[in-house]
Amino acid sequence: MVSRYDFSRTFEIKGRDFNKAGSISINIKEILKELGIDQGIVRRAAIASYEAEMNIVMYANKGEMTLRLNPEVIRITLEDEGPGIENIEIAMQEGYTTATDEIREMGFGAGMGLPNIKKNADIFELKSTVGKGTSYNIVFYLNSKGDV
Amino acid sequence: MKLRELADLLEAEVICGEQHLDEKFECAGASDLMSDVLAFGESGIVLLTGLANTQSIQTAEIIEAKAVVYVRGKKPNKEGISLAEKRNILILSTKFFMYKACGLLYSKGIVGVRHLK
Repeated sequence: MVSRYDFSRTFEIKGRDFNKAGSISINIKEILKELGIDQGIVRRAAIASYEAEMNIVMYANKGEMTLRLNPEVIRITLEDEGPGIENIEIAMQEGYTTATDEIREMGFGAGMGLPNIKKNADIFELKSTVGKGTSYNIVFYLNSKGDV
Repeated sequence: MKLRELADLLEAEVICGEQHLDEKFECAGASDLMSDVLAFGESGIVLLTGLANTQSIQTAEIIEAKAVVYVRGKKPNKEGISLAEKRNILILSTKFFMYKACGLLYSKGIVGVRHLK
């Protein structure tokens, strides 16, 4: 039986697989709903996870997303093998983007992704090494009151 | 307003999700940019967009939109329709352009999402 207190699952993300892009986050959303997590928190976690998943699909070769729960927090961690981010401070600014035309045609690449993860998460940590990859640590407190 | 009234008002074709037509909604948002929909969208809105790819359907599911209305006669491809059916989302397609579709809804009292703070 699934318990929200010791939950952990890892998903593989394939770079450039635009048709499946987003499906892992929808899966995560369904898992959180089934575990009876507050609706507002589920929504924030789904948005943050989707933005991060899209980033990996758009920019990286491949990646992994892990969802973990304990009684206090939901933790979503992502690791990718990709180009990395040169300057995280600049990348976190709304409107800053390095998106290609292909990405823009998909409706993304407006430079809103990372700021939107930050807006929705309680904790958002980003680490990156140029030429190697990027890791995300996204945390949601379960005792907060839901929607931001 | 009921989603059925929205479909009539926009002379829209129902692509899938007919079972939702008797549900009601109060708020709508329009954008071709899914980044903005994710940043500013609210649950329960009707999303009007000209972007008829699978990402518009995934995005609608993530923000918990009531329905997606494709403007300018756009329709999702087969993959999009099967995804929407799987996700149980109402998809409509109107021949009206974005401005007219939004104007018609606004004139009937459908409000937009919250302003930027």
